[in-house]
Amino acid sequence: MSTRTVLSSEDIDRAITRIAHQIIEANHGTSNLVLLGIPTRGVVLANRIARAIANNYPDFDPSNSVGRLDITMYRDDLDRKPTRAVTETELPAKGITDQTLVLVDDVLFSGRTIRAALDALTEYGRPRAVKLAVLIDRGHRELPIRADFVGKNLPSSRDERINVQLTESDAENQVVIES
Amino acid sequence: MNYQLVLKNTNLGDGTTVDIAIEQETIVAIDTGLSGEVEIECRGLIALPGFVDLHTHLREPGFEASETVLTGSRAAAKGGYTAIHPMANTNPVADTAGVVEQVKALGDAAGYVDVFPIGAVTVDLGGVQLAELGAMADSKAKVRVFSDDGKCVSDPLMMRRALEYVKKFDGVIAQHAQDPRLTEGAQMNEGQVSAQLGLTGWPGVAEESIIARDVMLAETLDSRIHICHLSTARSVEIVRWAKQRGIRVTAEVTPHHLLLTDELARTYDPVYKVNPPLRTEADVLALREALIDGTIDIIATDHAPHPAEAKECEWDAAAFGMVGLETAVSVAQLVLIDSGRSNWQRLAEVMSLNPAKIAADLGQGEAIKVGSTANLALVDPAVQREIVAVTESKSRNNPFAGMTLPGRVVHTIYRGRPTVLDGSIVEVAR
Amino acid sequence: MKHLISAADLSLDEILSILDTAEEMSVVNDRDVKKLPTLRGKTVVNLFFEDSTRTRISFEVAAKRLSADVINFSAKGSSVSKGESLKDTAQTLEAMGAQALIVRHHASGAAHNLANSGWISSHIINAGDGKHEHPTQALLDAFTMRKRIHGSHSRGKSLDGLKVLIVGDVLHSRVARSNLLLLRSLGAEVRLAAPATLLPANPNFLGASYYLGLDDAIDEFHPDVVMMLRVQLERMSASFFPTAREYSRGWGLSAERLARLSENAIVMHPGPMNRGLEISSEAADSAQSTVLEQVANGISVRMSVLYHLMSGETRE
Repeated sequence: MSTRTVLSSEDIDRAITRIAHQIIEANHGTSNLVLLGIPTRGVVLANRIARAIANNYPDFDPSNSVGRLDITMYRDDLDRKPTRAVTETELPAKGITDQTLVLVDDVLFSGRTIRAALDALTEYGRPRAVKLAVLIDRGHRELPIRADFVGKNLPSSRDERINVQLTESDAENQVVIES
Repeated sequence: MNYQLVLKNTNLGDGTTVDIAIEQETIVAIDTGLSGEVEIECRGLIALPGFVDLHTHLREPGFEASETVLTGSRAAAKGGYTAIHPMANTNPVADTAGVVEQVKALGDAAGYVDVFPIGAVTVDLGGVQLAELGAMADSKAKVRVFSDDGKCVSDPLMMRRALEYVKKFDGVIAQHAQDPRLTEGAQMNEGQVSAQLGLTGWPGVAEESIIARDVMLAETLDSRIHICHLSTARSVEIVRWAKQRGIRVTAEVTPHHLLLTDELARTYDPVYKVNPPLRTEADVLALREALIDGTIDIIATDHAPHPAEAKECEWDAAAFGMVGLETAVSVAQLVLIDSGRSNWQRLAEVMSLNPAKIAADLGQGEAIKVGSTANLALVDPAVQREIVAVTESKSRNNPFAGMTLPGRVVHTIYRGRPTVLDGSIVEVAR
Repeated sequence: MKHLISAADLSLDEILSILDTAEEMSVVNDRDVKKLPTLRGKTVVNLFFEDSTRTRISFEVAAKRLSADVINFSAKGSSVSKGESLKDTAQTLEAMGAQALIVRHHASGAAHNLANSGWISSHIINAGDGKHEHPTQALLDAFTMRKRIHGSHSRGKSLDGLKVLIVGDVLHSRVARSNLLLLRSLGAEVRLAAPATLLPANPNFLGASYYLGLDDAIDEFHPDVVMMLRVQLERMSASFFPTAREYSRGWGLSAERLARLSENAIVMHPGPMNRGLEISSEAADSAQSTVLEQVANGISVRMSVLYHLMSGETRE
């Protein structure tokens, strides 16, 4: 197995800053903006993006704008993988109805996770719009889903493994590709 | 001269190797260098007097789906038996001369072993009215052993009457010791395992209290009492005490109570459901000790065949009982010989001489000597065999299936005629 | 996890995973849309050989909230009452497409038999087998205790050091057996209080120490949780205790005994309650009582159990 670093710690920081800017630009500001991370690393990234936004827009309050959305019970591959532990879903107190909602995940691959997330969202309210931010888009989509904000496009082969490591949950801050 | 049949080079269990010559139904010579018209090679095999089972369920008449006199006889022959005593809990119950004569006739017709029916103590095993014990004793079946087995003669007055009544023909009452009130709904040994499994307990005291009562009755009346399937350490103590007092009590133990414990119930597999129930390791060890020291007189199988549907169900709904005719000698060898604690002479006593004596069987349980009836089991003690459930018995409720046990019956000679040769049944010409 | 037969089968990690997932299920049960698509297209059969409307409904609601199809099969008025065997009934239901059987049976071990006999390959959930076990009841009881103690911070928590007293007919109680095993795995100390007639013959039952009177138990053990078991009145006719009055006097949770518990102590009962026999109305209706929470939590815990058994790759 060979391992190659494709994003360094600095690369990740730059990507997050860029995504933060793009979100604000697309949303014409920070009003009615909610970031929902998909566990585990999507939650970490959502928090980092929120901090990046708050650095530039002090009126943006991450504590009432960031949440997490567990999509386990909505997956379509429950019979194919070992039973997954279900984690908490936490929404900002203001809810998601009429908000511009940005789903955040680490890697966009088949699109099935996002499909499950869209299903899960319908149980919690009716956002004005749903956008998608990912650190890595590695291709191989199986559903008509695309990301609105992408840290890095990383063409990969199916049998390679993209491993996102963030210090909140891992030892390092980097993205490696294993093949 | 050439004898009719000679067993060549057989070991008598004491290290001596001899040839045994048989004419008609009788052993006529024991020596070396004998020759016969038919010779059966027995090198490495131990010759034992044909086994006598004092506790068999043949299920005929009434439950022929489980076993018949014929299939049970074949299973017995395969296990080295030359005589068996079918219990009375058939349908109709063997509580009249007619039924016991019918069972005896079926046994004679099958032709694999002597079938000596046991008569019921009370009519329809009901515990209320004494059965015609005298008529059964005087019948062609010559019944000497009476038992309500499956049920206890729990009424002390009824037990007293029966013990007194059979003295006329030196009969014996074989008691299934189980206090009915203490065992209402009972499913397995009462103890830690039953508590955890939530199965209603069968406490040892339900057996022990009846044995204590009955040995005292036997002492008071100077009668003979036989205790079926002892299962607890305290039952052993009571019998030991009674024998020391000179009470005329004999006791049996089953192969399964010598080998298996209530831990097996954790599987909830009803193949381990039996009455009395499998007990604890301490009980097993006490029973083995009692068999070795003579407190327990015999091994009896309590061979209790049941159809698949009676065991393929939840534990509570399952029938009590296990088969055992074809594995008994292996368990006996394990406990007496392979343990290094006893010898082949003792094995012959508990498997053949003693049960025949208790039941006053003619031509059975005789030591191997010139003039004895030629009932013989030839056992290969060196074999280790994996027990399989499918056997000569019609039923497969075999708790030993899958276990590896020592010893195998290679040949069985029943009244001078081989019923089993090289481990296979010899079909009886009809 | 393929089956749930005994609380003893569950490791601490598995118990915590079930309880933590149940926390999320209880959030779903508080939503307007109380439905998840997780078990869509799967069929669950409630196979009840014994009447128990509340347990059956609890499982039915749980399965439906996970979008499973639910079939209720009651032994009464079915082929079972005409003598069909457990094996034939189970095989018939599986042939109709059942992927999980939730089994309530009067015989101890019935669920174990279905899971281990090779008759069928469905998931088996033991919803109470004779006097043996009722593991989902123990899970919901543990969930309820944890929730009372840790509130919204329950996730990942065990019950280390919690003192639980189980009172009443331990001998015949599947609830007591499952709770004893499960609570011990969670680190709780469990003791028993019962008349000696209603304790298993070997009093050192699964290693739990016991009291023959409730007063001694309260005064010496100072329990954090008092779990009252339902008393079956037919035990009285079988002389397990002389009269209802005497039982109540010796082992009932009266107002006076309730007052002697610590003020944070929890009073539990699996239901249905015999008010005035094993539990007084004062205790049943007090703020310390969790009786209704237990019912509500039952749905969340059973959803979690169904999820744990029926999702995940199928391994043989």
